[in-house]
Amino acid sequence: MPLKDPVIRCRNVWKLFGPSPRTYLEATARGRSFDEICQDGYIAAVRDVSVDVGKGEMLVVMGLSGSGKSTLVRCMSRLVDITGGEIAVDGTDIMKLDERALIQLRRKKMGMVFQSFGLLPHRTVLENVAFPLEMRGQDRHDRRERALEVIRLVGLEGREEYYPRELSGGQQQRVGIARSLAIEPDIWFLDEPFSALDPLIRREMQDEFLRLRGMLGKTIVFITHDFDEALRLADRIAIMKDGAIEQCDTPDKIVLKPATGYVAKFTEDVEKARVIHAGGLAGPVNGHSLDGPPVAAGSTILQLARQLVNDQREVLPVADRDGKVTGALSRQDALDILLGPM
Amino acid sequence: MTAAEFASADKSGQGYRPGMAVILLGLAVLLALLKPFLPAIALRVPDAAVLPYDHWFQALFDFIKDDLGLIRVTRTISAGLEWLLDLTANLLYGKNRWPYLGPIPWFAIMAAVAATGWVLKGWKMALLGAVTFTWVALVGQWDIAMQTMSVIAVAAPVAALLGLILGILAWKSPRFAAILTPLLAIFQTLPFFTYLLPAVIFFKVGPTAGCVATIIYAMPPMVLMTTLGLKKVRAEVVEAGKMSGSTRWQMLRHVQVPSARSEILVGVNQVIMLSLAMVVLTAFIGMPGLGAKLLSLMNSLKLGRSFEIGVTIVLIAVTMDRMSKAWVVAQPVHFERGAPWWVRRRSLLIVLGAFLGGLALAQVFPYLAEVGRGQDLSMGSQIDAVITAILSNDIVTGVTGWLRGFLVGSVLIPFRNALLWLPVITVLMVAAAAGHAVGGWRSAAIAAGFLAVVALTGWWDRAMITLYSVLSAVFIAALVGLPLGILAALRKRWSDPILIACDTAQTFPSFVYLIPAIMLFGVSDVSVIFAIFIFATVPLMRYTIEGIRAVPDEVVEAADMSGATRMQKLFKVQLPLALPTMAIGVNQAIMFAFFMVIIAAFIGTQDLGQELQKTLAGNELGKNFVLGMCVALMALAFNHILMRWSEDRRKTLGLG
Repeated sequence: MPLKDPVIRCRNVWKLFGPSPRTYLEATARGRSFDEICQDGYIAAVRDVSVDVGKGEMLVVMGLSGSGKSTLVRCMSRLVDITGGEIAVDGTDIMKLDERALIQLRRKKMGMVFQSFGLLPHRTVLENVAFPLEMRGQDRHDRRERALEVIRLVGLEGREEYYPRELSGGQQQRVGIARSLAIEPDIWFLDEPFSALDPLIRREMQDEFLRLRGMLGKTIVFITHDFDEALRLADRIAIMKDGAIEQCDTPDKIVLKPATGYVAKFTEDVEKARVIHAGGLAGPVNGHSLDGPPVAAGSTILQLARQLVNDQREVLPVADRDGKVTGALSRQDALDILLGPM
Repeated sequence: MTAAEFASADKSGQGYRPGMAVILLGLAVLLALLKPFLPAIALRVPDAAVLPYDHWFQALFDFIKDDLGLIRVTRTISAGLEWLLDLTANLLYGKNRWPYLGPIPWFAIMAAVAATGWVLKGWKMALLGAVTFTWVALVGQWDIAMQTMSVIAVAAPVAALLGLILGILAWKSPRFAAILTPLLAIFQTLPFFTYLLPAVIFFKVGPTAGCVATIIYAMPPMVLMTTLGLKKVRAEVVEAGKMSGSTRWQMLRHVQVPSARSEILVGVNQVIMLSLAMVVLTAFIGMPGLGAKLLSLMNSLKLGRSFEIGVTIVLIAVTMDRMSKAWVVAQPVHFERGAPWWVRRRSLLIVLGAFLGGLALAQVFPYLAEVGRGQDLSMGSQIDAVITAILSNDIVTGVTGWLRGFLVGSVLIPFRNALLWLPVITVLMVAAAAGHAVGGWRSAAIAAGFLAVVALTGWWDRAMITLYSVLSAVFIAALVGLPLGILAALRKRWSDPILIACDTAQTFPSFVYLIPAIMLFGVSDVSVIFAIFIFATVPLMRYTIEGIRAVPDEVVEAADMSGATRMQKLFKVQLPLALPTMAIGVNQAIMFAFFMVIIAAFIGTQDLGQELQKTLAGNELGKNFVLGMCVALMALAFNHILMRWSEDRRKTLGLG
């Protein structure tokens, strides 16, 4: 479902690697499978992808290594030039930008966090964070002020003068995050930002990330190969395989109705009650007579477990954050999710 | 892998076709046996067929020089260089030129160097710097050492800067790299006389020419290291730069070059060491300094004083090498917040303080400013006497005399005569066979073609004499160096000190190796071979140790668990895996040998080097170039075969 006025709009995006990808795409590639393209001597990193990212939305692109997720996000930031299709950011086709305009776009609107941090080894934390500001020619005093502000935001105060190699992995990624936020970007790309970290630190950084996200309200494209991480953080998840998007939907929908066998394999072992929200499971109100206190749309089925067991109503009203009733939750359905179907 | 599997892997691998190579080799032997029946043209290129290449090149150079006006360009450059050289010359040894400030007292320079050492790596490095420069001053060699240093102080930075720029260009433009890479390969194998003569002709005699030759000689590794470093910068760091909105220039200046810091500084280290090696050799075009002094002392067989200068050169080499390497590994450390400027600028202040302190002390004690004539502590004449005494000792003369007699009479001369006896066509066939064995027809054509050019120039006999010195010396070096290297590699306690010793020995300018050779064997063929031999043994040992040590632990453990004896482990596992690396060592030994054999012309040889040295006197640029190319082509033929084999072998073994 196309969003109205998306921040990033991808239409039939292709990225092929090979001897002369453009001609090949025009002539033969469309309609061929990943393996067939492979046999022709090309690699289809991104295959006919159409996806929108709405303002303030967080899209998580999930896929195993080699599925093309990193290439897709690099297409969106034009670190990689696409072979075919169209990518528009705020309505401008980024493939039509010249070098100067592209630099301006990145200096004003985009921030990116990298898997292995991409820090400059010869610069201190402060100088790394201030780097994008320096690039756009802000004066020394201003950029120091702003850099200190973001360093405080990611909880690194006191380490401004350290060099990257003097920091732990988690701290280095905080520097990467701070640097990507320094210019107050509208769009925030994160390429497997926590994959290189230990599990405990990863969890801590995810919490930290959720906190920042709540504070900043940015449009986010987040890459991960970890399905649990995707479920935990996403507004919507796009699952990729062999360069194409298998399914793009909310976590609830993906867990409830996996579109393909491939997606189902990921959702099999997921503890559904922990993931599915009342709002996601609820059906439309029409026809139901709803009485009594509503349950919050944002609570998971697991959080509602006690009430679901004790409540006597067959259908419960579901209300959004403002208290407005938005749907009707069948208690039986919810119990099925909680306990497994009979 | 069993032997059979090895063989089959070889056959399936690209380029290894032993069948054809054996046929070619057989043909070569057959042709040698049939020598009496061969037509004259197969034995040697007849004089009538040798075209006057030297005149053609002379005409070409004259055209470029005079008609195209290159000489005016180069004379302008040399004016600029001369200004810089005068500046450093005035500061370091008080040459009467602007800014008329020098000479700086030796004690101040010594203090500044020691302080730099301390800042870079603590008191050991400080001690090394202090000892070196104190020694230089106290043995009374300060002025000549500073003459040498004043050229290095200009040549090394210029070479590093040019190398950096060319390296960046080669990395940016593959087309430029495709032109530059073979040129650099030729530059690195050209004998140094071929650098010297054009430098003299285009850039005036004296320090300027020496400086230019040094710059050209020292630059290639800087280009290669810069390109390598820039290629190795992690993709994510570059992407981070792009996402920060860097322009191309900002990217280069703030992201790529700083991220390639380590490789670039390794390049700087090599530039410094090669500068020193070359500057010493510029003595041959009359550049004053340590090299000139050493040359004249060795000419008059004053071995004690030669030895002292040798020590000076070695000490300076080790100091410069260690300090620049310490600079490579030095990593920035953060300062506490709110640290005042004198803490942040601590390093600079320490060096400056030491320098000013040294200056002040030198004002009070004149001896610390300048060690005058007759005030030095040189023991040159005494060492002369001691060395003469040792060398005239019956046992020593017996041993060296016997060695000389035996080697010259029974080994070297017969070998040389055999090489000279061989028909050209046989040698070409052998080269083709070796080429074919490693890389198919293409390599065969390259190896045989390079030698064919040498034959066509008409310098074949001289070239064979050069080849004879190189091959005999490298053969002896392999006999000694390989077993020693293997022994050292197998005992961890030995390998580290020996590696350090090899690394240190490799930093010595090649000229120094002539001193012990002349001491022991006087002026003879044996001392030429001996000088090449010690010079070439170093890389052989070094790469053998490195190759064996780089064999992965798990593979060795697997051999242990398979119940291999030490010998089995060595011959079935460690050596096969180390061979590609050892081949690089052999290659370097041969390259070093080609370099050294030319220097040894000074002892008195009858080969290409001697002819090259003669061209210096006559300003025969064309002939010089032809002779230089002969040496370079022979070296490149070996280089191609060995490196090709090593690379293919590494790939087959999956060593990356």
